[in-house]
Amino acid sequence: MSIAACPGCIAVPADIVAPVETDHAVDIALPGISCAGCIAGVERTLDAVPSVRAARVNLAARRVRVSLAPGAGPDAALAALGAAGYEALELDSASLSSASDDAARRLLARIAVAGFAMMNVMALSVAVWSGAEEATRALFHWVSAAIALPALAFSAVPFFASAAAALRAGRLNMDVPIAIAIALAAAMSLYETAFESGADTWFDAALSLTFFLLVGRFLERRARAAARSAAAELTALELPRATRVTATGREVVEVAALRPGDRIALASGARAPVDGVAESAATLDRSALTGEADPVGVAAGDAICAGDMVLGAPLVLCASARAEDSTLRRLAAMVEVAETGRHRYSGIADRAARLYAPVVHGLAALAFALWWAATSDLHQSIAVATATLIITCPCALALAVPAVMAAMTGRLFRRGILLKSPTGLERLAEIDTVFLDKTGTLTEGVLQLPDLDADAAAVAHALSRVSNHPVSVSIAAALRDHDAAPVTGIEEVPGDGVYGQWNGASVRLGRGPDGPVLDLPDRRVALPMTERLRPGAAEMVADLRRMGLAVGIVTGDTEPRARALADRIGIAEVHAGVTPERKAELVQAHEAGGRRVLMLGDGLNDAAALAGAHASLAPGTALDAARVAADGVVLGGDLGAVAETLCLARRARRRIRQNLALAALYNAVAIPVAMSGLATPLMAAIVMSSSSIFVVLNAVRR
Amino acid sequence: MNVLVVLIPVSICLGAIGLFACLWTLRHGQYDDLDGDAARILLDDLDADRTDPATLQSDKT
Repeated sequence: MSIAACPGCIAVPADIVAPVETDHAVDIALPGISCAGCIAGVERTLDAVPSVRAARVNLAARRVRVSLAPGAGPDAALAALGAAGYEALELDSASLSSASDDAARRLLARIAVAGFAMMNVMALSVAVWSGAEEATRALFHWVSAAIALPALAFSAVPFFASAAAALRAGRLNMDVPIAIAIALAAAMSLYETAFESGADTWFDAALSLTFFLLVGRFLERRARAAARSAAAELTALELPRATRVTATGREVVEVAALRPGDRIALASGARAPVDGVAESAATLDRSALTGEADPVGVAAGDAICAGDMVLGAPLVLCASARAEDSTLRRLAAMVEVAETGRHRYSGIADRAARLYAPVVHGLAALAFALWWAATSDLHQSIAVATATLIITCPCALALAVPAVMAAMTGRLFRRGILLKSPTGLERLAEIDTVFLDKTGTLTEGVLQLPDLDADAAAVAHALSRVSNHPVSVSIAAALRDHDAAPVTGIEEVPGDGVYGQWNGASVRLGRGPDGPVLDLPDRRVALPMTERLRPGAAEMVADLRRMGLAVGIVTGDTEPRARALADRIGIAEVHAGVTPERKAELVQAHEAGGRRVLMLGDGLNDAAALAGAHASLAPGTALDAARVAADGVVLGGDLGAVAETLCLARRARRRIRQNLALAALYNAVAIPVAMSGLATPLMAAIVMSSSSIFVVLNAVRR
Repeated sequence: MNVLVVLIPVSICLGAIGLFACLWTLRHGQYDDLDGDAARILLDDLDADRTDPATLQSDKT
């Protein structure tokens, strides 16, 4: 059983979760770690925690696997990591799929076999190319066949499987020409070996084709797998459970099982899972739904929307709708509508592939037809068609996009950005307008008090926690890490403040001339509640403007608050008091006007806009719905990475175009040679290897 | 040229040994954390720390 790690996601109070009986492991994401020192630091920190049996850091995945003693939760480990200065988010082990690990491992095994066979056959081929005699050459061909055929049968399975699936569905994909080329080359070479021992064989070409294509496949997979699994795990942070209050006591149930009329207990900091009615007065943080930073007070009998977070005292909610019908789900439905447009976006690789497959088939068929017409020699015609297929086969093309994607997503991952969408990088490169949500994205969401000394904090906490006034509740929430001072005789005067006695003198927390103040015996402390800017927010805005992008704030919060923040970080365009629907419309209107919008937001109210924008990013602290709707997640707390992401995306697009041009250039030279029947296995080997190596080198250079 | 009868099987066998070694490392998850393993080589004291709490204490002081 895992408990959500980030305070915004806690849906179940910790004490209700049943203890686990045996040793068990949890995975914790550590977006900030980067070096050997971090490995040692994290493992030492965790070893010092009594409930931790063992801890092993995986630096590549930015993750630590912690083995816990029976019955222990991960809280102690998370707290220790937090205290040691590591940002730590718990991941749900169940969604850490070992299936995709196995698939990656199988792919590596296929690459290893193809690489081994390729090198051996190539070594034998060198002897043939350098002029081996009749018997020796026949022997070498037979040995090559003995190595190549089993190796191809094992390594080329993914292409045959994919091509077969595509043909069954009645369409052509990249793998159809590949599968035909490999099969035809193997069959032809076997025929030549058996019946015409002097002729060319293509075993080495078939193997190197398989090898390079598998490498491309692997890079593509690795670029996405890390980001995708981590994003799925982030999603799993939010447990779909609620605590139902029944006549006999409390029970933890699935949110989907809640029915109207159920009474649901919500601890302080919990989010309402369904729409309902408050049974007592409460203070809510509605920023996820509305973007409004100020806490809102509700009375008994007032409506509460799914997604509202309880501040201050725990609350019992009487459900008025099922989870499917709740506000949250209505927003999710809006997201689905907005998303359909983006699914139609096809990446540059898809477009190249769509163009490519018919061209290759057409050229091979044309070569066969022309040679058949000219010479009526079936054997020669098939040989030329095979050579055309092999030489035009997209080794460089198959590597052109994945190699760049792998290099760039790896670089982004090291900066703490997870890209979930395969085409996300390309869409990010096209951005010209950036819309920023305010609460929770530019700011850290929670209202902050100025730094207080220990006495002031203790007294303020003692006074604030007795009052249900929204301001008091948010002050108490901001001070929850401080101890309360022994204040006696506390009395609340409505409309004025809370009075009490502390160390024999009178103290007061209440209304001052400019916002709340704390009166201590010897001084008066102003307690302005300000929104704290997220680290890197101002730098990000400056960088984005330097890149020539239009930057605007779109928020559900009030105009003055939004304007004040915009002035602080130098943004002119402010859309304040915007509803979730309006946010999505605003984004759509800009898109319709030919702009490419990047939406950066964290709340439910941003979800539709995130899904509708050309590209979107969400901070790691964002709500589930926002993270799902966004193309990528910024894991570190630092927003400075956003501008860098856009730079990298633009560079990636440039590299992809260079690579495709390079691959096209190779084909432009090789195709006429192949079709004229001049291609030899030696030439195929050189063209394929060198073009692939150039493309990969171009992708990984800085 | 008769030497080829020996040399070719020998070279293929050597290659196959390498291949099986590679598949073995693959199956034992040795490629799961390449960055981490590259960094861990710098941490010669880590294993000592983890088996012997005393070292950890003395290291901290």
